[in-house]
Amino acid sequence: MSKQYKQIHCVINGKEREAMVDVRASLTDLLRNDFRLTSVKKGCEVGECGACNVLVNGECFNSCIYLAVWADGKEILTLEGLEGPNGEISDIQQAFIDEAAVQCGFCTPGAIMSAVEILNEGRELSDEEIRIRMSGHLCRCTGYENIFRAVKKTMLKRLGKE
Amino acid sequence: MYDIKALYEAESVEDAIRLMQEHPEAQIIAGGSDVLVQIREGRRAGVELVSIYGIDAMRGVTFDDEGAIRIGSLTSFSHIAVSPIIQEKIPVLGEAVSLVGGPQIRNIGTIGGNTCNGVTSADSASTLFAWDAIVELTGPEGVRRLPIQEFYIKAGKVALQPAELQTAIIIPKKSYEGYHGNYIKYAMREAMDIANLGCSVNVLLSEDKQTIADVRIAYGVAGPIPMRVPSAEAAGKGQKVCKETVEAFSKAVLEDIHPRDSWRAAKAFREHIAVEMAKRALSKSIELSGGEIRE
Repeated sequence: MSKQYKQIHCVINGKEREAMVDVRASLTDLLRNDFRLTSVKKGCEVGECGACNVLVNGECFNSCIYLAVWADGKEILTLEGLEGPNGEISDIQQAFIDEAAVQCGFCTPGAIMSAVEILNEGRELSDEEIRIRMSGHLCRCTGYENIFRAVKKTMLKRLGKE
Repeated sequence: MYDIKALYEAESVEDAIRLMQEHPEAQIIAGGSDVLVQIREGRRAGVELVSIYGIDAMRGVTFDDEGAIRIGSLTSFSHIAVSPIIQEKIPVLGEAVSLVGGPQIRNIGTIGGNTCNGVTSADSASTLFAWDAIVELTGPEGVRRLPIQEFYIKAGKVALQPAELQTAIIIPKKSYEGYHGNYIKYAMREAMDIANLGCSVNVLLSEDKQTIADVRIAYGVAGPIPMRVPSAEAAGKGQKVCKETVEAFSKAVLEDIHPRDSWRAAKAFREHIAVEMAKRALSKSIELSGGEIRE
């Protein structure tokens, strides 16, 4: 089989990027191998666990079942993109720490990116809605309750309700 | 890396048809939440793929000139759920597709893919069956339309000809106007799970809300492909809105469905919940239509 490549152009964490992509690569492969964005975890690799979740044009996608060539022309945000200008972490990351929503940490970057999608909507979601929106992540440590609290707390804070 | 032999990216529907003619062995990939997983599992390893994911013309929910709802086959589940047209005219479809997988799957998964893989458990399919949806297929010979019941042939097999692709799903005006419906999914988990049984019901009540002018019911996982239930429909149509009708309607379901035993659920259990789901989905549909179920 001859190898097949495609030149793609995309924006990753706010920076214009070019890459020569093997058509067989997933977006997880591209982000981890070509750009060393290792917050994007390889978990189940079949779209079930959410550990590889990133935002593409503002929507959450499991990058393991997203072909890298499809990233052409898109805007991608990973956890690394949340870092402030002086290396500070974001409010939602701090909330995960404060609420003990992290133990082993493997699901955390993916879960935080789902939280970012929710927070970017700029509206108050019901508890039920938050649970549904966070339901694409498997976490074997925290029991989910602390993750839920971290997301809700940050949402309310950003809306000036806490 | 996926075990893919070659990937051809289509930029338009015409382009996709040409690529499929040039590469007759190639399979279509839309969002890939089934295809890529099956490649990973080895079931489709080594395939040639025609990617249609980039064809934006196949996305979106619109009305056509006759007032029919046209859903582009690449429209994601999450975009269907938030479409104002769906929310106003056929909210049950938005509710049904909001039960597929989890949020990330609903962002990548497409309604076209959900129906073209010919799987009985597809959460969109029973509702599309229950609303007399029409499937639009585009191929080298042009465009043709098929009722969704004729689109499904057998498990995993749909009526796509070589080099043909599904370009839209259409709900005609007469299928939705005045109807209200409800979908119930029975699964072990509330997210990331496949239905043990799915039941979609909708009704059209008479003006005085006393009679069921029309009722339609379809199941997923009650047979090898999604199915309508004519016996139940006959038992409900033209009848008074009352408890007796709801009972007769839900019991009649057993005359037509033939679920199987599997590791997910036993046949007897599926039959048991099928009756209960029909009862609840009909009751909810009547309630949404402004009717009241009396003794």
